[in-house]
Amino acid sequence: MLSISIITFVLLGFSFIFDVQRTLKGIRKGLTMFMSLLPVLLLMLALVSIVLFLVPNELLIQYMGRDAGMEGWAMAALLGSVALIPGFIAYPLCGVLIKSGVAYTSIAVFITTLTMVGFVTLPLEAKFFGWKTSIIRNLLSFVAAIFIGFIMSLFL
Amino acid sequence: MKHLQKYIFSLIFLALVGLSYLFGFAAGNQIGMNFWMFAKEMFLFLPLMFVLIGLFDVWVPREKIEKHIGEESGWKGTGLVILLAMLQAGPLYGAFPFAYLLWKKGSSIKNIFIYLGAYSTMKIPMLTFEIGFLGLKFSLLRTLITLPVFMKN
Repeated sequence: MLSISIITFVLLGFSFIFDVQRTLKGIRKGLTMFMSLLPVLLLMLALVSIVLFLVPNELLIQYMGRDAGMEGWAMAALLGSVALIPGFIAYPLCGVLIKSGVAYTSIAVFITTLTMVGFVTLPLEAKFFGWKTSIIRNLLSFVAAIFIGFIMSLFL
Repeated sequence: MKHLQKYIFSLIFLALVGLSYLFGFAAGNQIGMNFWMFAKEMFLFLPLMFVLIGLFDVWVPREKIEKHIGEESGWKGTGLVILLAMLQAGPLYGAFPFAYLLWKKGSSIKNIFIYLGAYSTMKIPMLTFEIGFLGLKFSLLRTLITLPVFMKN
């Protein structure tokens, strides 16, 4: 978090030196995005606060914690495949889940499937690329996500 | 009024938390504490992250790269496709129309898959979020592992 803030300020400084107008436009653009996201973000935080109160941490750790292994990844992969959460909401959510004891590897699998596998958007994808190509791409991505979780578990 | 409507559920939530505090309702208090713990960090850093993304948006000449893409093949084409994907923002289904265009322009199906893969996991705006919330080590590792996995696809 701190590193991102420092980078932002440094780049902001450079940007101002090169082009004040453009910098202001960029800041405005960013803050507009933030404001449009704010209602959903607040709602997500409210729901997560309630869910994490109802689901004890031990249960979360048991199913998606460090020692959950393959089952944890499978669950994370399934959740990620069917969920349709924009990344700007998903990452803060993952930040919260990590704090509650979910393993980094499960998070990696969840993020990868969330972003690469779209069960709900499959019909839309098929419109562009045809059913066969779309299903193959989604299946490969699903397997790849679990594989990524496995490799990450070797490092983390 | 319309603005307020978008916040209606959050407002109800906050009101309930406030009432729990007033009447000493333990469960409500705990939920409120959870919310505060998650929210305070986010409101400190999220605006900054979005400023970074906004800056990125105004400085990177996406159109210029798009013009050159689709024609090259081999490693150069793949590299360009990944680069372009990293510069985008938005959800995956937003990438389908452009990927379709690439396909029509003659890009190989392999590059299309790589584009969609890189788009979904390596977008720079997403990476800033990932680094912010999950740490640099996690991000680097995930990106480095993800990339070759796609190339194999």
